[in-house]
Amino acid sequence: MSVNEKIAIEHGLKSDEYKKICKLLKRIPNITELGIFSAMWNEHCSYKSSRIHLKKLHTKGKKVIQGPGENAGVIDIEDGDAIVFKIESHNHPSFIEPYQGAATGVGGIMRDVFTMGARPIANLNSIHFGSTQNKKTKNLLRGVVHGIGGYGNCMGVPTIAGQTSFDRSYNGNILVNAMTLGLVKKDKIFYSKAAGLNKPVIYVGSKTGRDGIHGASMASASFDEKIEEKKPTVQVGDPFTEKLLLEACLELMSGDSIIAIQDMGAAGLTSSSIEMASKGNLGIEINLNKVPCRETKMTPYEIMLSESQERMLIVLESGKEELAKKIFDKWNLDFAVIGKTTNTKNIELFFDNKQVANIPVNTLVENSPMYDRKWKKSKLPKKNKINKTIFKNLKIKDTLKKILSSPNVCSKEWIWQQYDHTVMGDTIQKPGGDSGVVRVHKTDKAIAATVDSSATYCWAHPLTGGKQVVCETWRNLISVGAKPIAVTNCLNFGSPEKEENMGEFVECVQGISEACKYLDYPVVSGNVSFYNETKDIGIKPTPTIGGVGLIKDYKKMITMDFKEIENIVLVIGKTEGHIDQSLLSRLILNENNGPPPEVNLFNEKNNGLTLLNLIEKNFIKSAHDVSLGGIITAISKMCIKGNKGIQFKKPKSLINEIEYFFAEDQGRYLIEINTKDFKEVSKILDKNSVHYDEIGTIIDKDMIIDQKTKLTIDELKSYNTNWLKSYMD
Amino acid sequence: MKSSVITFPGSNCDRDMDVALTKFGFKNKMVWHNDRELPKSDLIVLPGGFSYGDYLRCGSMASKSKIMNSVINFAKSGGLVMGICNGFQILVEAGLVPGVLLRNKYLQFICKNVHVKVDNKENTFFKNLDKKVLEFHIAHNEGNYFCTNDQLKEIEDNNQIAIYYCDQNGNTNDQINPNGSIKNIAGIFNKEKNVLGMMPHPERMIDESLSGEDGSIFFKNLLNNIK
Repeated sequence: MSVNEKIAIEHGLKSDEYKKICKLLKRIPNITELGIFSAMWNEHCSYKSSRIHLKKLHTKGKKVIQGPGENAGVIDIEDGDAIVFKIESHNHPSFIEPYQGAATGVGGIMRDVFTMGARPIANLNSIHFGSTQNKKTKNLLRGVVHGIGGYGNCMGVPTIAGQTSFDRSYNGNILVNAMTLGLVKKDKIFYSKAAGLNKPVIYVGSKTGRDGIHGASMASASFDEKIEEKKPTVQVGDPFTEKLLLEACLELMSGDSIIAIQDMGAAGLTSSSIEMASKGNLGIEINLNKVPCRETKMTPYEIMLSESQERMLIVLESGKEELAKKIFDKWNLDFAVIGKTTNTKNIELFFDNKQVANIPVNTLVENSPMYDRKWKKSKLPKKNKINKTIFKNLKIKDTLKKILSSPNVCSKEWIWQQYDHTVMGDTIQKPGGDSGVVRVHKTDKAIAATVDSSATYCWAHPLTGGKQVVCETWRNLISVGAKPIAVTNCLNFGSPEKEENMGEFVECVQGISEACKYLDYPVVSGNVSFYNETKDIGIKPTPTIGGVGLIKDYKKMITMDFKEIENIVLVIGKTEGHIDQSLLSRLILNENNGPPPEVNLFNEKNNGLTLLNLIEKNFIKSAHDVSLGGIITAISKMCIKGNKGIQFKKPKSLINEIEYFFAEDQGRYLIEINTKDFKEVSKILDKNSVHYDEIGTIIDKDMIIDQKTKLTIDELKSYNTNWLKSYMD
Repeated sequence: MKSSVITFPGSNCDRDMDVALTKFGFKNKMVWHNDRELPKSDLIVLPGGFSYGDYLRCGSMASKSKIMNSVINFAKSGGLVMGICNGFQILVEAGLVPGVLLRNKYLQFICKNVHVKVDNKENTFFKNLDKKVLEFHIAHNEGNYFCTNDQLKEIEDNNQIAIYYCDQNGNTNDQINPNGSIKNIAGIFNKEKNVLGMMPHPERMIDESLSGEDGSIFFKNLLNNIK
């Protein structure tokens, strides 16, 4: 088939891009070459709309061993240990085929982590669905949860935390973001940079089939009514093979045979071979007849574009082929020498003794398109004037009931009980807490991880929203007693070709960067998912942040359950009564406008570090950050988890009681301390200029707000735990 | 005391079991499924996981592994064999304990703490155990124990039911049954009671920072009984 502009456009390339290819090659590409260009130049692989802005992210820090640009980021956790982690989206495939889409998302991110030599020790996920009234939501949720569990459980990696939200804007585009953390010795990290000439290029793992061809291109376009036809572009996962691949790779990595290694993720053999060559400034030669295929008569085009899962490409030291083959034979995996590194700086493909592609590597990588797309600046919305008499008519009990049982606040136990969260024997904080925590095997250290996003805030004001998400993860880590180290981000947006969406992206990134810089909490990895759009309707901007922190002595970890009666409860951070964009405003008052709560980075950092100091001094018995639903929602969860009640003290604040209880001001935590420590704790808080209110005393049972308002713990529990279960039954 | 843990392709609780056995004083060895010979052992453990991906009936492929001939001979000659979770499924498929394990009643993977009632202490696994109810942890998709009425009668006549799912006070009822198992059965012996298959994972409950500590009680007791 001879290539022309029309075929190029069918491949998702723009007319200009096709012309650029012809110019770079000084000829018309053949169909295999065109396929390779389309795979490398699509949004998903080339970051052509985002690159220019991602450069502005704050990515440096003392603990950063590897920032963005590798398979995953790496941070130092002392004693020669390092944590490798990353988050990645699998949104488009999960909407088309929820089970396989979610499963292969989890499989892909784990591969990114063990490619670097790290054994995965924890999985997390952030999943977002359409309105609970939407008829597709239930099946999508069920499929995604089964898929995540199906893959992670089989791999034997605990899923320790996550986030689930429902919003109408995801009706036509659900989000599935999967994150993995792995543990590695600092001196045993593997990278994807090839080096040396005539080194054997090895293919290992599953055989190549026709599944997932053009998967990355599919993920770089919006959906329309023909979405069902895209099913064949979704990959099919095989967690068993991945488990074998993990063990085999780690076994090979314990020696010194590997020069470079790269998993075959998006755009399969194409992107893996090109990335290794590009980083090493080398050429690569591949004989496609040597690639293990599971189907007959696969063409070079299909082999190069297949996104079959559970495959790796390795550049090996010469002479180590036999040793490596033995290991992969033991694990019953395919092993084939398919090519070698060269000095041509081209990727050269051969099939049936004929050259079928010959492309300079730099044309695919450095010369890939980069756009500075037009974007629209957003204004901070005006504050709503809420009539205070409305508050007077609200009953705290009814309001709390509605909020605790609302889809975005209710307990997600129905979900995380389907994930194995205890395998590997080191999970010391399970899902349902502020962060998941796993011990670093056979040490006193533990790693805390959390994942969060606040699409509503980002939608109302992207810059503030971007900052807020970073701070939210920071607080989640502090609340369990972990020192925050670094983050990974998954940037989910609509079409970058629309100025508004692009503006949301640019400003969210700016917000993220500002917060990360101020908190010394750099971004070390991530991915961008644009075109989350169906028939022109896009999602709310949803940057998802995965935060990772270190607890030096795991016995000092904090949980949110109330511990002991007669202990007192303080709110750290000032409650100003910000109601706009709060759950109270949206759910109870039906008001969707107004600015999100302001983020004050100074307070955020000061409050957080002061709390860490209190934890270090053993003053804190339980802690929980205040977020969606405000103080009373947070306290309810502490009561439910600890099976204890609280006697409220009338707040000294001048604002209305409803505002005080349900406001979503930022930078706040609830802490439980022993009465005898109050003096010392208040001294430390005062010294650091941290505002605090005493809000109540822990009692045996019941939440007693005032003489007229009382709730039993069982009531709170049933509000909070029943909704999702009955929705799904 | 010497123990051996078999690693099948797809096993994923083999390390956890190794950690637990070693912690409580066993000298443990890991054995590869393709080996034919077992090292000298006082206890053989088939660990949890997804052997061969469990794409066929759970445990059926692993039950035909090379090492299983030796495990079966070891069991038949009276050696102690314990299968946890996928290990239980393998024991069932190998015919070492009666019955089958179906998909959970609610068609979902379940990961949570459960209580189990220990009814039968006339065996090496539970002899001298102080407690009647233990808190263990389950994590499985196919743990719904089933057998024919005739089999059930035989099992009951021979006192082969090892543990039942129950509440914290030891009451067994439908409400507390996590997966639909017949009679709330969580674990079962062979006739001679030297082979134990159970769904719960004691190895995930071995220190206070984890989900609980009753696994420690189980392993310490087991070690003392073997000594």
